[in-house]
Amino acid sequence: MFVYEKKLLYPVKVSSCNPKLAKYLIEQYGGADGELAAALRYMNQRYTIPDKVIGLLTDIAMEEFSHLEMIATMVFKLTKDATPDQIRDAGLEPHYVNHGSALYYENAGGIPFNASYIAGKGDPIADLYEDIAAEEKARATYQYIIDLSDDPDLNDGLKFLREREIVHGQRFREAVEMLKENYSERKVF
Amino acid sequence: MSEHRKSWKPYAGKNDPCPPLKEKTYETPPNLYLGVQEPGLEQYKPADALKKGTLWPALFGPYESPFAPSTRANKKED
Repeated sequence: MFVYEKKLLYPVKVSSCNPKLAKYLIEQYGGADGELAAALRYMNQRYTIPDKVIGLLTDIAMEEFSHLEMIATMVFKLTKDATPDQIRDAGLEPHYVNHGSALYYENAGGIPFNASYIAGKGDPIADLYEDIAAEEKARATYQYIIDLSDDPDLNDGLKFLREREIVHGQRFREAVEMLKENYSERKVF
Repeated sequence: MSEHRKSWKPYAGKNDPCPPLKEKTYETPPNLYLGVQEPGLEQYKPADALKKGTLWPALFGPYESPFAPSTRANKKED
């Protein structure tokens, strides 16, 4: 069951109408290492992972959906009211012809989202290592978008999302240690 | 350079068509080093934590583009 809270996880501010940046950002919406892939990956793996880390996968999956919502808001704001000329200058004509001003789950190259972006191997260690890699790939993608972006307000939100990837990577690494049952230092309270 | 950024100096050929980047960088965020987080680590104040994206200074790995003028990882001198 989902309980929806009608506000964003982190405030999204965009300085200017900039469809070109939206074209880059869509990678995090419908790309292989984007937020949709992340949310679906964890929400699917959680069923077959050992029970002591199910909660972690559920929590992170939920957070990824809130990130997806932030990315959608960013893309929407960057393209809202853009004229056909601006769409053309940004190289978004194929998207516009196909989808108008609607958002769509596709990557920066216009390839539609594909379930093969997600692995579900059913092996707890294989799945968690996949998740760690996914977080690091998403972190790298955010870095590349920040490198290309000249919008300080947008970058503020992107830097927040990038930091969350780091935290998730940490928690997945800890989950591996839990399954190894080999804490270097076991604390008892 | 940030402690979370490492660099190396790649080979540059005499006839490389793009002006060579003398130094290239990559990020090594704090999750690579922390191990299983110990209890009782220092925390940010809640408002700061919400802004930074983490409650824990030990997990905060900020990023600035290495190509931004302010970071200047690839200075054009000499």
